Amino acid sequence: MDVSADKLLSVRDLSVAFGQGEREVLAVDRVSFDIGKGETVALVGESGSGKSVTALSIMKLLPYPSAHHPSGSVVFKGEELLTLSEAQIRHVRGNDITIVFQEPMTSLNPLHTIEKQLAEILLLHQGLTGEQARARIVDLLGQVGIPDPASRLGAYPHQLSGGQRQRVMIAMALANEPDLMIADEPTTALDVTVQAQILKLLKDTQKRMGMSLLFITHDLGIVRKLADRVCVMSKGRIVEQGPVERVFTAPEHPYTKQLLAAEPKPDPAPPRPDAPVIVQIDDLKVWFPIKRGVMRKVVGHIKAVDGVSVQLRKGETLGVVGESGSGKTTLGLAILRLISSNGPIVFLGKTIQGLKFKEMRPFRHDMQIVFQDPYGSLSPRMSVSDIIEEGLWVHHPEMKAAAREARVIAALTDVGLDPETRHRYPHEFSGGQRQRIALARAIVLEPTFVVLDEPTSALDMLIQAQMVDLLRDLQKRRDLTYMFISHDLRVVAALASRLLVLRNGKVVEQGAAAELFKAPKSDYTRALFAAAFKMETAPEGVVSQ
Amino acid sequence: MDTRTGVKVDETVAVAPGGLAVPPERRLIAISPLNSRRWENFKANRRGYWSLWIFIVLFVLSLFAEVIANDKPIYIHVNGKWFFPVFATYPDTAFSDKQDPNLFGTAADYRDPYLLDLIAKEGGSMAWPPIRFSYNTQVSKPPSPFPSKPTWLLNEKDCEFAATHNFAKCGDLEYNWLGTDDGGRDVVARLIYGFRISVLFGLTLTIISSIIGVAAGAVQGFFGGWTDLLFQRFIEIWTSIPSLYLLLIISSVLVPGFFVLLGILLLFSWVSLVGLVRAEFLRGRNFEYVQAARALGVSNTLIIFRHLLPNAMVATMTFLPFILSSSVMTLTALDFLGFGLPPGSPSLGELLSQGKANVQAPWLGLTGFFSLAIMLSLLIFIGEAVRDAFDPRKTFR
Repeated sequence: MDVSADKLLSVRDLSVAFGQGEREVLAVDRVSFDIGKGETVALVGESGSGKSVTALSIMKLLPYPSAHHPSGSVVFKGEELLTLSEAQIRHVRGNDITIVFQEPMTSLNPLHTIEKQLAEILLLHQGLTGEQARARIVDLLGQVGIPDPASRLGAYPHQLSGGQRQRVMIAMALANEPDLMIADEPTTALDVTVQAQILKLLKDTQKRMGMSLLFITHDLGIVRKLADRVCVMSKGRIVEQGPVERVFTAPEHPYTKQLLAAEPKPDPAPPRPDAPVIVQIDDLKVWFPIKRGVMRKVVGHIKAVDGVSVQLRKGETLGVVGESGSGKTTLGLAILRLISSNGPIVFLGKTIQGLKFKEMRPFRHDMQIVFQDPYGSLSPRMSVSDIIEEGLWVHHPEMKAAAREARVIAALTDVGLDPETRHRYPHEFSGGQRQRIALARAIVLEPTFVVLDEPTSALDMLIQAQMVDLLRDLQKRRDLTYMFISHDLRVVAALASRLLVLRNGKVVEQGAAAELFKAPKSDYTRALFAAAFKMETAPEGVVSQ
Repeated sequence: MDTRTGVKVDETVAVAPGGLAVPPERRLIAISPLNSRRWENFKANRRGYWSLWIFIVLFVLSLFAEVIANDKPIYIHVNGKWFFPVFATYPDTAFSDKQDPNLFGTAADYRDPYLLDLIAKEGGSMAWPPIRFSYNTQVSKPPSPFPSKPTWLLNEKDCEFAATHNFAKCGDLEYNWLGTDDGGRDVVARLIYGFRISVLFGLTLTIISSIIGVAAGAVQGFFGGWTDLLFQRFIEIWTSIPSLYLLLIISSVLVPGFFVLLGILLLFSWVSLVGLVRAEFLRGRNFEYVQAARALGVSNTLIIFRHLLPNAMVATMTFLPFILSSSVMTLTALDFLGFGLPPGSPSLGELLSQGKANVQAPWLGLTGFFSLAIMLSLLIFIGEAVRDAFDPRKTFR
């Protein structure tokens, strides 16, 4: 593609700073890049690297005047955007340049139908009303692949799935046939299968309409699949840019090399058919009753987990995969008896189903959990040492303060954190470090069995790989048994010795991970793998839309 | 991705291989960095910060009202003996070694010129508070019928009036900075005592109703289900009782005193925090760190106190200054209507109602108005600053 011939957008020496005086923080530091007509440029980097801020400042969507530009220019079709007034830039926004955000749940107004939200844009920028507008809306929804668009006009955002909501967002962005679409991590909140569909849609639409795309992501797989050129950002600077093929095959900057090498190395613990059974569940069910009417009669059940049988042996890692809503997390919580369930659960040879909270306590130090969200899983009001110590207070109340401290220090050292930081508070740590603290809280009790509920999903690629190494290392050293819940199949492949594929609360298939990855038996599993590893869409009906 | 909110901590900050330069010490009362940041935010709001200091100074001063405005000397040194009339009651015979037929051994009245002369004759010394009236001292030498003007406002005409109508002459007056009320009592003295009783009442009411409210909200929010449902309905019914009428009825049956009023107002004021704390608990009990604590086997009580209550305290703290000012207002309103503290006690509401009854004496109404306006404004400014300091979104500015 000829890039130099006609530049659509040209960003030169753009800097963004927040705050004033001493508190000023430079978020973006003199970045320059171009986007040609019909070209896809990807901005990659970890969180905090300034990619979203860069994209938002093109549309002047930052919180001015708290944010400001110490230097730089943004030229779009020969016009300088940074100096435009609010009224002028409003004309460019939504008309020539549009944006699709990450979170489809919050970018649509929950109180308006999708027709109303789309009609608003058409009215504002094209003055379309009535039948004309309606015809255009149906056309747009059809273009983004909403089945039977005419009947979905009156739907509210909550009646659509996450993928459909993102499609509606894309339809809104396409409504005025923009020259440039900015997509700010549009697929991060979606399942891999849906992600593949949305990526395909974006690519097809772009080809058809000849628009340019600025794609912001932290996922290198997407970049490779979608982009023509890539800009790698780190700490507010673009450290390397160039055609995708070149950057991926011959990276120049050390950071890019590091990023490309950050794929978690697959080295799972082998299945151990002779080791003692740690957890055994048989036909486990978690049903939530649906109650209707004045008498709250039970009319049906939401079957979050529906008849799952699993056997987990010491030292193994059971990978649990599936789309969101397939019951992965519920299964984990049910095994730990944190939600009520039906069906026998045998833990270390003892039946724990039906035990009261107090009777469960002796088992708790053998079974631990690490949650997904490193920001939500640590109490912001307790110091790191208090957080890690809490379990020791419960299970070893007789322990001396010095002994407790020694255990805390050992746990922190084990997860690769400096023990001297133990009197700090969680907000002083980054996401990856917080996840290590959560892990330290779990292992300080020296458990046998740890449920890992998407522990890497909220982390950046580099940190993800480190985390996977750490988990594997801990498992080897302490002979831990893991139940690893994730939708990220690359991470699962790196850790799982056995695999359990869930869909709608039911087991689709299970078996040794190595074999399953090589030869999946069901269409669903195949589609899941194709979407995760090659970002390919499956034929309709196999996965959710 | 929250890059829009600012820049995050660098990945390597806390794991520097050499460790921290200075490991933080463990102190007895550790102020968490979160709280110290809040304090910084609070200080950054100059208006709220100064309001807090002014309010604290006024409140502490008013706590020592007895040595600021009193009709008894702070100390008397006579015949080699020390007396502290502010703190103890002495018979008037104690001040004289001789038998004086005019002293009867009753509690000394230090405004009696005879006694003062006697002490002076015996070579005694004494120190008076800056304002020589208590809240219930009647001015003995007024220039006019009560309420009389602030002394510095008296003009020729007033002096003439005093001279011709048998009142105290202008040269022979006690100084009343803000005049006297219709009972002949010094307004400044009443203001100082009234401020103290208002704030003390407000604080007590706020603290007790917060404790009850937080406890009720915590129980509802944490246990949910039927507990929550029944409690909520009870509160709905309870709050629909017209509280002012009930207060009027009760205070006409019971003799209204400080604690009776406190009790009656408490019946209704505890509800204000329940909804807030309940919502915080409902939100908080599903946080992952609460789940994690459950997975550790931590008991319900401990989860409430260690993990959930600190969260709810933010909402509570934010509301406290506003509850305090509304408590002060309620007491003032009751006093104004005449259903508050017993007659004769110093109160701002009573001052206001006197101002209403004596329009010809504007110093009453104006004093009442300005003191209330300033006190409530200070509380509101503090409240605003506290609210902003606890606002997590402010931290990125």
